[in-house]
Amino acid sequence: MTPAATTFHVPHQGGPRRTTGEPPWVRRLLIGVALTFVSLFLIIPLIFVFTQAFAKGIEFYLQTINEPYARSSIWLTLLAAGISVPLNCVFGVCAAWAIAKFDFYGKNVLLTLIDLPFSVSPVVAGLIYVLVFGAQGWMGLWLNADHPAFPSLANWLNEHNFKIIFAVPGIVLATIFVTFPFVARELIPLMQAQGRTEEEAARVLGASGWQTFWRVTLPNIKWGLIYGVILCNARAMGEFGAVAVVSGRIRGQTNTMPLHIEALYDDYNFTGAFAVASLLALLALLTLGLKTWVEHQNAAVLDK
Amino acid sequence: MLPGFKLTLGFTLFYLSLIVLIPLGAVFWKASSLTWPEFWSTITMPTAMASYRLTFGLSFCAALLNLVFGLVVAWVLVRYDFFGKKIIDALVDLPFALPTAVAGITLASLYSKNGWIGRYFTHTDEFGQVQSIFSSSRLGIFIALVFIGLPFIVRTVQPILEDLDAELEEAASSLGANRWQVFYRVILPMLMPALLTGVALSFARALGEYGSVIFIAGGIPMKTQITPVLIMQELDMFEDGRATAIALVMLIVSFVMLLGINVLQWWTNRYNTNNLA
Repeated sequence: MTPAATTFHVPHQGGPRRTTGEPPWVRRLLIGVALTFVSLFLIIPLIFVFTQAFAKGIEFYLQTINEPYARSSIWLTLLAAGISVPLNCVFGVCAAWAIAKFDFYGKNVLLTLIDLPFSVSPVVAGLIYVLVFGAQGWMGLWLNADHPAFPSLANWLNEHNFKIIFAVPGIVLATIFVTFPFVARELIPLMQAQGRTEEEAARVLGASGWQTFWRVTLPNIKWGLIYGVILCNARAMGEFGAVAVVSGRIRGQTNTMPLHIEALYDDYNFTGAFAVASLLALLALLTLGLKTWVEHQNAAVLDK
Repeated sequence: MLPGFKLTLGFTLFYLSLIVLIPLGAVFWKASSLTWPEFWSTITMPTAMASYRLTFGLSFCAALLNLVFGLVVAWVLVRYDFFGKKIIDALVDLPFALPTAVAGITLASLYSKNGWIGRYFTHTDEFGQVQSIFSSSRLGIFIALVFIGLPFIVRTVQPILEDLDAELEEAASSLGANRWQVFYRVILPMLMPALLTGVALSFARALGEYGSVIFIAGGIPMKTQITPVLIMQELDMFEDGRATAIALVMLIVSFVMLLGINVLQWWTNRYNTNNLA
């Protein structure tokens, strides 16, 4: 995903009614065009997912999402999101604190670098980890060298056949990469707008650094942080391209939910594919609902 | 002075290097293991050239279609009241929230020869089989790229349109401009930076897209093989060097796009604050 279109956006509070406007037929035409476009590209596909998922009845649906392969893919997806979201959250808070509360040279370069993963194709994101950790990559060269650096570690890894690519660690790393900027991108502009006077006042009054963060900063950035986490989680659970490159698609072992959907689809088990897909579509709807709710909460806070 | 500067900046730089910068450096390392003629012949091989043309051309067309309809959707959401408006507003972000694999199989089935939409658009291919005009075709890729690029224009234009000063429009119309002239001469120029940013974001997103395209388009070399699919197929054949060379081309394009988008956003923000002032 590319930057900015998802940044925290406060809904407009209805201003005075406009005295200028379009004739009724133009209004109706524009509303009609917009609704047709939105129906065609958003509403019909959404209805289609759920209709297809239940095409063979509820029993088939429950059976499909309860299969061992499906269950293991759900666990793997939860695991990847469960590791990458908190890590990127800590990173986002640290980066926002450093960038918003201090002045230093090269800040704009740092901001651009944080955005990088958004503009890299998911397939390329997966590829870079293959080049680092794959059998022909840096790690492979190190493990197969005659006299590797850190020989005991290399031996231990070789003996335990520890793999990153075509295994779970690679999936987690690829997920971290593609969701890297989400929390930071929400928090940096928010904390920059809030400035540093409140924190400085807390310090003058004798609060420690941690107290300042927990009692002053965190309540101020709460909604922005939650917003970032929601978007980060949605992407983490849904990532396909990057994970497809590093996973090796071993059923029951390295298939996440999106990869399991692909496997079912490639087996011509379309109803099964849509059954698992409907879970992710539900997650997407939940994400949109929460996102709208957080925007309202934040607008209510700003109104006070 | 607030505490924690060294700790937070240190961790930021460490984590950024570990997750993003060093792995990205591996692309340059791997690409440098190819000789220049090898590198050049890989990135200019016919299938690669065809994939660039396809990817850039269709991404651009999809961004243009989204420009027109995205502007209409943003306009309608900001200016008019109608039933279900809030739901539509929330749904605009669906392509961000819906995993690309789900979007991929949904569009592929919806537009297939038996799908709800595809069944009305069929033709008979050279083997006498009835096929949907969207399956394994450029049109199918186009549909997928329109889907994933849809939110960008709406979401960049919407806040600008909301903050637009109504007095400017009133002034223009009291000076005798008709509604179309007000839109064309007053509103549209003020929306220009946001529209361009939205087009650039939507285009950049489409360039790298994989998941939503692969199911509807397949990856027929020279025909429906977009660049990310080409990289994937090279990787599946364990041609890491060739995959890396093409990935490097894509990386350089995305760096340039990122810089261009930053400049555009800076322009949009400046324009926006000027209007508010």
